[in-house]
Amino acid sequence: MRARRGLSHTHVGSLHAPDAELALRNARDLYTRRQEGVSIWVVPASAITASSPDEKDAFFDPAADKVYRHPTFYEVPDGVAHL
Amino acid sequence: MYGNDFSPPEDGPGGGLLGEVEAAEAALREAAARARRGGPTPDEDLEAYFADVIDADQKIEPRDWMPEAYRKTLIRQIAQHAHSEIIGMQPEGNWISRAPSLKRKAILLAKVQDEAGHGLYLYAAAETLGVSRDELVELLLNGRQKYSSIFNYPTLTWADVGAIGWLVDGAAIVNQVPLCRCSYGPYARAMIRVCKEESFHQRQGYEILYTLSHGTPAQKAMAQDAIDRWWYPSLAMFGPPDAESPHSAQSMAWKIKRFSNDELRQRFVDMCVQQAEVLGLTLPDPDLRWNDERQSYDYTQPDYDELMQVIKGNGPCNRQRMEHRRRAHDEGAWVREAAAAYAAKRAEKKEKVAA
Amino acid sequence: MTGPFDFALRLGDDALIAAQRLGEWTSRAPEMEEDIALANIALDQLGAARLLLTYAGELEGAGRDEDALAYLRDDREFRNCLLVELPNGDFAITMAKLFFLSAYQLPLYTALAGCADERLAAIGAKARKESAYHLDHSSLWVKRLGDGTEESHRRMQAAVDEVWPYTHELFTADPAAPVDPATLRADFDATVSAVLSEATLIRPAHGWTPGGGRDGVHTEHLSYLLAEMQVLHRAHPGAQW
Repeated sequence: MRARRGLSHTHVGSLHAPDAELALRNARDLYTRRQEGVSIWVVPASAITASSPDEKDAFFDPAADKVYRHPTFYEVPDGVAHL
Repeated sequence: MYGNDFSPPEDGPGGGLLGEVEAAEAALREAAARARRGGPTPDEDLEAYFADVIDADQKIEPRDWMPEAYRKTLIRQIAQHAHSEIIGMQPEGNWISRAPSLKRKAILLAKVQDEAGHGLYLYAAAETLGVSRDELVELLLNGRQKYSSIFNYPTLTWADVGAIGWLVDGAAIVNQVPLCRCSYGPYARAMIRVCKEESFHQRQGYEILYTLSHGTPAQKAMAQDAIDRWWYPSLAMFGPPDAESPHSAQSMAWKIKRFSNDELRQRFVDMCVQQAEVLGLTLPDPDLRWNDERQSYDYTQPDYDELMQVIKGNGPCNRQRMEHRRRAHDEGAWVREAAAAYAAKRAEKKEKVAA
Repeated sequence: MTGPFDFALRLGDDALIAAQRLGEWTSRAPEMEEDIALANIALDQLGAARLLLTYAGELEGAGRDEDALAYLRDDREFRNCLLVELPNGDFAITMAKLFFLSAYQLPLYTALAGCADERLAAIGAKARKESAYHLDHSSLWVKRLGDGTEESHRRMQAAVDEVWPYTHELFTADPAAPVDPATLRADFDATVSAVLSEATLIRPAHGWTPGGGRDGVHTEHLSYLLAEMQVLHRAHPGAQW
């Protein structure tokens, strides 16, 4: 679900439907009763390949030392705007 | 709602339940932000790993290892909660067609619709534990899983819609707010969503009663009659007294539940007394009085024998509620089959085109 | 001669009675997701009814608000079409009713959005989006039931056959009305033909054309529907709720 323009889609929940068209409608009815979204994606659960928590270290730890991927890694000299 | 399996609101009763929900949500984010431990190492004891996560107030997530009893307890509790939402649509739904103004009709429709939504959020949370919704619905329909006994009482007048909102939803919220801090992530998140949406339910019930109690003498009598009938069944919603509640200790240790039945019941009574005064209506308990020492109200316990009878299936509406649910399920079978058949045909066509 | 008052009353009554029937499905739908969808549609119809009846009351200038119009008129004073008051029947009947109703309401509200009366135009602009959704939803189900199983096909065709005659009343010409219903027929026919054909269903031949709703001559069903809807309100004259 995209909650508002400018935000990325985030997972809001799951539901049952016989096919994709109905899944989209059901998602609209179930998850946007209070105007929570402007865009919805639905994906069949069978199409999701999940990493297992057991593999978490191998899967996610390698990213831990790549701090240079985060903007806070960089020192910004005083007086520099719009960076 | 059934009984008791949750964790605690941090501040006093009555004062901003919605605030407590938000605090629980913030706590959830905080816990997520704390340096979390990874999965268990190959030679690590799984029980110890699980206990470690719980001790650290971290959430257990669907694919984490968990003790079988924890999984079973959660499935039972979440399913019963989901069933309660679905069955709970009936007593209030009974008044949609006769709501006395178009505004009330719209509010009631939206409220009962929310309950269907909450049932679905909860079934989805239960499914993360490796059980299907179809299986759970089957357990409800064949009577092997229960729903909250409160819904086995009839809604005889319009004021009952108000009493359900104020007392039944009120009791449910007291039960549910602590569940927003439950150790199982999907359940905690579902409860946060449910509690936020439910904040209007209790208020609309209270508003109905307030309007009635300030209306004609007949309306006021209708409101008092509803409170007389719903007060004790609402107290019974918190489950049997602590001394007779065998599963509580384990659920507390697992942080599924954080307050005892009696603690929550007391919290609810303390909330209601002043609210009843503002309504100008009387709670039907001659022994209800402030106890300075305990800083709480003394009150008469509900009739737990009656509760047991209702749980056993002998409440005024048990048969009617189940029959209604079964009929809806059975009469809808051909529609569900048609949708499945249509989907299969489409998938087949697509495959042919691709081939 | 149909002025804005009569016109708003007709549309408001259509929406109100449709909402009342759809509300009856609550906790009875074939699937829990569908329970929520039907309640959404009922809420849309009820919302439109309230706007239209409130406006009708203002146009009349006799001090009647939405509730006075909804709860204190007898069936002979209601101006809804017969289609909406028909009992829900099975899910196929309900979908047939909703499909035909929304295939009519969508072009109606769209035209209304462009009419000279500002209030009606605003109501039309809001309601047409909702009608588009109702049409989408009912079309999906008409297709699934029509082209699903043998049983669902049989039921859906029977439902179309049963409800179809009641659609003619919707398009009775009324050149003086803010929107002349006769002008909506082509749009309706095109929508219906496309969906029914995809659903492998046959559009019934024109034959029997029951009517009278716009003149307050209804089926026997409406009086029962109103008896239930109005019972509490009427039992406490003048009370606030």
